[in-house]
Amino acid sequence: MTDNGDGAPLIELENVNKYFGTLHVLKDINLTVSRGEVLVVIGPSGGGKSTLCRTMNRLETIDSGKIIFDGRELPAEGRALAALRSEVGMVFQQFNLFAHKTIRENVTLGPTKVRKTPKEQADKRAMELLERVGIANQADKYPAQLSGGQQQRAAIARALAMDPKMVLFDEPTSALDPEMVQEVLDVMIGLARDGMTMVVVTHEMGFARRAANRVVFMADGQIVEETTPDEFFTNPKTDRAKDFLSKILTH
Amino acid sequence: MDELIQYGPFLAEGFLENIKLALVAGVISLIFGTVLVSMRVSPTPVLRAAGTIYVNVVRNTPLTLVLAFSALGLSDTLGLTFSTVPRVNSFWVVGLGLAAYTSAFVCEALRSGINTVPLGQAEAARSIGLTFMQSLTLIILPQAFRSVIAPLGSVMIAMIKNTTVATAGGYLADAAANMKEVFDTTGASIPIFLGIVLAFMAVTLPVGYFTGWLARRLAVVR
Ligand SMILES: Nc1ncnc2c1ncn2[C@@H]1O[C@H](COP(=O)(O)OP(=O)(O)O)[C@@H](O)[C@H]1O
Ligand SMILES: [Mg+2]
Repeated sequence: MTDNGDGAPLIELENVNKYFGTLHVLKDINLTVSRGEVLVVIGPSGGGKSTLCRTMNRLETIDSGKIIFDGRELPAEGRALAALRSEVGMVFQQFNLFAHKTIRENVTLGPTKVRKTPKEQADKRAMELLERVGIANQADKYPAQLSGGQQQRAAIARALAMDPKMVLFDEPTSALDPEMVQEVLDVMIGLARDGMTMVVVTHEMGFARRAANRVVFMADGQIVEETTPDEFFTNPKTDRAKDFLSKILTH
Repeated sequence: MDELIQYGPFLAEGFLENIKLALVAGVISLIFGTVLVSMRVSPTPVLRAAGTIYVNVVRNTPLTLVLAFSALGLSDTLGLTFSTVPRVNSFWVVGLGLAAYTSAFVCEALRSGINTVPLGQAEAARSIGLTFMQSLTLIILPQAFRSVIAPLGSVMIAMIKNTTVATAGGYLADAAANMKEVFDTTGASIPIFLGIVLAFMAVTLPVGYFTGWLARRLAVVR
């Protein structure tokens, strides 16, 4: 565990509710993530983890409640919303690299088009980031030419290129072959060490124990437990959590 | 055969008009079709509705009526003219009418291309802070376009052949109009028919091959 997570609140969710039609997917969620904190969200499939993550950069709208990011309520639309999203990085399970652009272009697109960074400067920064995630030698390839692990590391570099205040990870290693999981987790652990604020949906217990400050266990749209990683994995309080842990620990 | 040689230059002159019409309609319909599809996928309901109505009306109206409407309705009645020279005016009436018609098909081809682009591409674009227009023009449309180059080629081939109904818009100088004029004096002639067919094939076949080649070359690998 790292020693960050003692800063002021960066994002606060207050009584957030979300429905898909009649399905109540987020039920009165109250959650605060502090600057520099690494929060792991864990729980059974369909519990609302992705939706929770996606409300934080408004890829999903909410039906009631409030989300305050960096002291301001999330803007509803337009340029203000685009500006907010540029400050919140997102890493997807399926990588979602721009298929028609090279890895380098994937990383420079945001800075040049959103931040209007000059191209040479964006290129230089992209190469530094690709170096950092260990795929600088793949810069001029297209996403489909890379392994899943390399693609996900490129996606992390793309998110970091915007110098985000926070990065959301939605099951970043779930689509990877087992031998590629660690290379991605290593990058994420490095990021956590450097003090990045992170919300990570994952079932990787190793990552949670090494990098997370806090674990939130989510089921049926509710936060069922909220505690430290050690406490959660060794001494879960609720039956739901015990049941869930027994399932992920046995395979 | 003699009549083909005798009237060849006259017919070729007409065919050149078909090519000019096709160039005008091709360029404009690609641009306007892209605008239309942007409207159809836009988050603004009014734009979406306008795009949908336009496409459904134009695509389901016979081309001859679209052209007649351009000539009689827009040009004659509403006084929308492009030139004081009647021949030049008719050329633009027909060229733009054909472009307006073809745009609906370009729009629908592009829209099916947009449907091949995974939702995650747009989400990733939005999540780095691109606006709707930036996501569309930088991420979605370039991929959509590449996936429908071959169908767009078919739309263009149909459009090239459609230039032969220019008469419906009052433009009486294309190959079909000239052919009819010749037939009025010589009677129907198989060689002339075949000559014109070959002239069109000489243009449309390469368009088909070229777009097929381009489609393979530019395909987005996922
Ligand atoms: N776009 C959507 N439309 C309708 N239902 C959805 C949509 N996205 C998710 N859901 C439903 O919402 C619930 C929560 O989904 P999700 O947030 O993806 O859970 P998790 O990430 O924990 O597996 C599930 O029942 C899922 O089927
Ligand atoms: Mg999920």
